[in-house]
Amino acid sequence: MRLKIASAALAMTLAAGTQVNAETLKFAFQGTYNQLDPYSLNETFTMAMHGNVYEGLVRRTADLQIEPALAESWEVIEPTRWRFHLRKGVKFHNGNDFNADDVVFSANRVRAEGSDLTTRIAADVKVEKVDDYTVDFVLTGVNPILHSEWSTWYIMDKEWTEANNAVKVTSASDTNPNYASLNTNGTGPFKIATHEPGVKTTFTVNDGWWDQKVHNLTGVEFTPIGSDATRVAALLSGELDMAFPIPVQDIKRVDSNAGTSALTGPELRTIFLGFDQKRDELTYSNIKGKNPFKDVRVRKAFYQAIDVDAIKAKIMRGLSEPAALMISPFLFANSGDFSRYPYDPAAAKALLAEAGYADGFEVGMDCPNDRYVNDEAICQATAAFLARVGIKVNLNAQPKAKYFAKILASGGFDTSFYMLGWTPGSFDSYNVLLNLNNCRDDKGAGGPFNLGGYCNPRVDELTKMVLSENDEEKRNSMISEAYTILNNEVSHIPLHQQGLAWGVSDKVTLKQRADNEFHFKFVVKN
Amino acid sequence: MTDNTPTVSGSEASEAPRSAMARFLDSDLLHSFLSSKVTVLAAFTTVVLMLAALFAPLVAPFNPFDLAQISIMDARIPPIGMEWSDPRYLLGTDDQGRDLLSGILYGMRISLAVGFLSVAFAAVLGISLGLISGYVGGRTDAIIMRIAEVQLTFPAILLALLIDGIANGIFGNIDRETWAIWILTFSIGLSFWVQYARTVRGSTLVEKNKEYVQAARVIGIPAWIIMIRHVLPNVLGPVLVIATINLALAIITEATLSFLGVGVPSTQPSLGTLIRIGNDFLFSGEWWIAIFPGLALAILVLAVNLLGDWLRDALNPKLR
Repeated sequence: MRLKIASAALAMTLAAGTQVNAETLKFAFQGTYNQLDPYSLNETFTMAMHGNVYEGLVRRTADLQIEPALAESWEVIEPTRWRFHLRKGVKFHNGNDFNADDVVFSANRVRAEGSDLTTRIAADVKVEKVDDYTVDFVLTGVNPILHSEWSTWYIMDKEWTEANNAVKVTSASDTNPNYASLNTNGTGPFKIATHEPGVKTTFTVNDGWWDQKVHNLTGVEFTPIGSDATRVAALLSGELDMAFPIPVQDIKRVDSNAGTSALTGPELRTIFLGFDQKRDELTYSNIKGKNPFKDVRVRKAFYQAIDVDAIKAKIMRGLSEPAALMISPFLFANSGDFSRYPYDPAAAKALLAEAGYADGFEVGMDCPNDRYVNDEAICQATAAFLARVGIKVNLNAQPKAKYFAKILASGGFDTSFYMLGWTPGSFDSYNVLLNLNNCRDDKGAGGPFNLGGYCNPRVDELTKMVLSENDEEKRNSMISEAYTILNNEVSHIPLHQQGLAWGVSDKVTLKQRADNEFHFKFVVKN
Repeated sequence: MTDNTPTVSGSEASEAPRSAMARFLDSDLLHSFLSSKVTVLAAFTTVVLMLAALFAPLVAPFNPFDLAQISIMDARIPPIGMEWSDPRYLLGTDDQGRDLLSGILYGMRISLAVGFLSVAFAAVLGISLGLISGYVGGRTDAIIMRIAEVQLTFPAILLALLIDGIANGIFGNIDRETWAIWILTFSIGLSFWVQYARTVRGSTLVEKNKEYVQAARVIGIPAWIIMIRHVLPNVLGPVLVIATINLALAIITEATLSFLGVGVPSTQPSLGTLIRIGNDFLFSGEWWIAIFPGLALAILVLAVNLLGDWLRDALNPKLR
């Protein structure tokens, strides 16, 4: 009997062993995967991870084109009424049927308090169930790009969410996560098997997935590895099948190593700096009673004090493209009309003196240290550049979990000067204008990621016009006007578009998306 | 025990008319020191490094903490003797264009400051609790020693990480540049007090039953004065040894915490921070950013450790 058990156990370990070796994809990212609630954090990596488990009504192909997902088709039956025909026979991981009730429920939940994705559907949009597999979205104005960001608006199961008492969204700064933050129930190609935030997440395959699968995986293992060197070492040693981002200094090494190669390309993300322009007194500064960032001269001085070409040459080793706009030039036709203010510390000093800060001042800066390529190094260099014009920067670089909880709406926009990166989910300027540049209230309504609270009514007006304009040329000239205002008023300091750099083992083929989203469903492992 | 140990003991002081210097020159301790070449070398190295760190602003060619002095365009220049090197930067520069030699000198300052301060903090805490524990005894002793034993079951580095994490959580987003050193000192000190407490308690238990303590008690001297004036000087020998060895440990712990990114901020790098920064560039061939601070740390800790080892042997009557 004992022998039998032993041999059975042996057989089982053998079976499990071969299975793991065969087609488990092991990969690492620089930051952690924390809350599983798909509406907690509007951040590319987190959303992409959710996207392996959850699905939206639409999805993006590897070339970023919109294609049907949970909605089979849609039509604009009146200019302000969109009808979505839902896919039949789709089941959530727990076996529940997907239907119109889930869509209506998710549409309300994504706009509810605590959600970081409130702009996915405007508050005044009515969502009506026509029948079990048809849903209408009734708008108050024309919006030709209504569904452009819905590839990351994931549909949740109404019954499951309600049964587990998780209707309220856990916000990014909430320390008391609910059931949906720790468990998932999507319709996607993978299921989460185990999840230890900050340590490891494992995925298994959803055999009941409605779509034809391309991948040959049996499981996925994700580990966050914050240290660049450790992440690269793990890839080089064959412990990982994929790791990203590969630090710019190690791309050559990963490429020349037998068994690995580096996939590089321009990323659509724009890295920029922002200022608190809303508070009457900065939270982190030695200037009391007034806010120096309300003065455009101070903002422009900061802009001209920073040498982005030096950052490109020395920190990014050539793998970044200095940006004049808050959007990638690939995503806006007229971007050639814009150029950066030149690097000119003398002019910066003169501007500061003119604004009454000849001796400079102190300001606290918030920066992530595990989110963007060389984020902390860029912030340190920024501090050094600003020191030369008399600004003392007190740098607070933190892991993204703490960083986002502090600076985003859920943390009360608790920052005076910060770094952020942004890829418009719709790949269109409207998203950039609305999210980053429209006036907002203290809770973030209006421009939820306009952390500094920049406000110009004309920009808001143009944003609304851009939304409903169908003529490409007119639309582009409106966008140009808005960007010109932003540039003149230095709403932010656009720094650069960083390069994509994924390290991939030769055993694996995959598709690299220009928005840096990694989807397991394209992975084939030999 | 008190008579042939060279520590300052009450009885010895009263019967010796010779000057302290003369006694020192004639002591076994100095003899033992001079007869060990390794120890002399270690002491010399320690003193040189400490002086260099102490006078870093005078010795170092640059001030690496002054952001206005560094230029990103000077980033990652190799040390003298290699291709592309720059005569201004003897040991090369790091990824932000800071001179590594200056960085090491200033970094060692932070490492040593945290080391000394946390050792002092741990010693004061440990000695006080050990004295009270040993002298008072009973329930007080039991409580203090049980806490100490529980703490001993955790590795010091883990505890330091925990305390550092909690402290940073409580103080939140305060100015890290000012407070990081104190938080580090506090967390390292708090994780090293147990050894002092246990040693002092042991020695106190032996001392408190000796005649001179009994006599003091009989003439009505209060307990705290007996502890400080009579018992303490006689238990300090082993404490000195622990303190020296702990200094090396504290420096390593600080470096580890900074290496893990929870120590001093990267705008004011200690040796551990410099090694952490350099670690990211090992694969790409810029070895000097990690290797030189690493060497400096290794030499410093080795020298202090050798001194501690010698002191332990020299003060141990059983080994003579």
